[in-house]
Amino acid sequence: MTTSSPTVAASQPQKVVDARKAGSMVFAASVFLLCAWVLVPIYFLLVNTLSSPEEVAAFPKTFIPPFNFGSLEFFAGFSGIGNALKNSALVAIVTMIMSIGVGAPAGYALSRFEFRGKAAFRILILMTRAFPLPLLALPLAVMFIRTGLDDTIIGLAIVHTTLALPFAVLITFSLFSGIPVELEEAAWTLGCNRVQAFRKVVLPLVLPGITASAIFAFVISWNEVFAASVLTIENRTLTAFLLQSLDVSPLHLKFAGGFVLVVPALIFIFAVRKYLFAMWGIANR
Amino acid sequence: MENKHLPYMLLLPATIFLCVFFIYPFTLVAWEAFSKDGAFTMEHFQTMTSNWKFEISFWNTLLLAAAVVPIQLALSLLMATMVSKMQKGRDIVLYIWTIPLGISDLAAGIIWLAIFDQSGYLNSMLYGLGVIDQPENFLSYQNKSTIFIAIVLAEIWRATAIMLVILVAGIGLIPKEYYEAAEVFGASNWKRFTKITLPMLKPSLQTALVLRVILAFEVFAVVAALGGTNFPVLMGETYNWQFELQDGNVAAAYALVILAISIVFTLVILRVLRVPKGAQV
Repeated sequence: MTTSSPTVAASQPQKVVDARKAGSMVFAASVFLLCAWVLVPIYFLLVNTLSSPEEVAAFPKTFIPPFNFGSLEFFAGFSGIGNALKNSALVAIVTMIMSIGVGAPAGYALSRFEFRGKAAFRILILMTRAFPLPLLALPLAVMFIRTGLDDTIIGLAIVHTTLALPFAVLITFSLFSGIPVELEEAAWTLGCNRVQAFRKVVLPLVLPGITASAIFAFVISWNEVFAASVLTIENRTLTAFLLQSLDVSPLHLKFAGGFVLVVPALIFIFAVRKYLFAMWGIANR
Repeated sequence: MENKHLPYMLLLPATIFLCVFFIYPFTLVAWEAFSKDGAFTMEHFQTMTSNWKFEISFWNTLLLAAAVVPIQLALSLLMATMVSKMQKGRDIVLYIWTIPLGISDLAAGIIWLAIFDQSGYLNSMLYGLGVIDQPENFLSYQNKSTIFIAIVLAEIWRATAIMLVILVAGIGLIPKEYYEAAEVFGASNWKRFTKITLPMLKPSLQTALVLRVILAFEVFAVVAALGGTNFPVLMGETYNWQFELQDGNVAAAYALVILAISIVFTLVILRVLRVPKGAQV
């Protein structure tokens, strides 16, 4: 809206044009600086990760990665890391399946039906956001010991699902709302029953969005620290492992670990970037 | 018949899940914090408050939130308005700015450790510029203020993206006509921001602030990575009592304190930023 065509600009006094030019320079510079603010710290972590253990401890630091894989090799060979990685991935996958499996039907119901109790259910979902959910790990630790779920993949995945479920419900609600009921109704008149119409008409249309929210659930679980550290002892996830060895582990192990934690998240956020705003936008209402 | 029961059947799994693993556990925490051998007691709260770390961790947590959240609010508003003005490169800039959204708080702590560590990048830069002759130990227990600054920076770096995403989505919902009308009447950029964007953005600001403030009270891994035991916070103490001291009751008392301040601040934010009925888009 603020753009002016060249002819308009030419007819304006020189001062106005200069001020506008300076303004857009400041704008571009601020955008650039804010991008650097996000990227440079990650770059430093990358340089550290690609340095040998000796270089990580050395001073002053180089600002160009030496491409030495010593730190990463040390990390890969460190006892317990392989297991921690496997546990992190397993918990995240189970969280992903549970939160979509339980959340998507609820999202569909919210988008397609008017019924008593709908408002109450929405309040229940919104309430979860006013609570510090990782604290759930404390009472659940007791509950899990009684039921034999303590220190298991499923146990931790349950806590992570309570974190991811509200998002899954709200995202799938918005996805299903975006598909006209008429499409489904047309399929019914052509002889499909409810399930067939859902599978053949609705599902193909929402699948990309559902994948995105599943990935989001994966990232929530992959990144979670507090509940993972409280609930796992033998089967520690990567975050729990790194947290519990913060005091004792050498710098290069921390940096390599942090890097391994960051990379999948970066890829996943890139994959779901289109849906990010739809997800959070609708989560407002 | 089928239609009447279908929505309830679809909601059933999610409802059961939330009742069993969300509502019920929170009642369990309260019970654990207030009971001993099945009887009501304030003992665990007394144990908690008589420990010297309680008061420090309580004020540290609030101080951290007070330092971080206003800066993030201003920064995310600025970034969101910049994004809405952008034509070229909007997508790539948005992707870069939302990268921290996918980064674990522990990883964020480690990232800033690479900067503030004694052999880290801040020291290397200062040394390279000739400001210091010796690397400074910014994160030692003698340098409480630099620990605080490091944690504040890491938190701002990590969690501004959450607010940004909510605000960008919110700005997208404001009808363009309002801005066009304002332009017709010759309103300046600043006027348009304060008279249209801010009031219309209230619901998004509400959500963003509630989410962010609650996350701020949950701060844990960033502090653990940068401050260790030199900067106690509520969540860290909860973890200590549960894990190191093996006293689940006192940990539950801590959990209730975090829960209480979270609820109080949520209510305050909802009240201050309430949207009058009928004024929603």
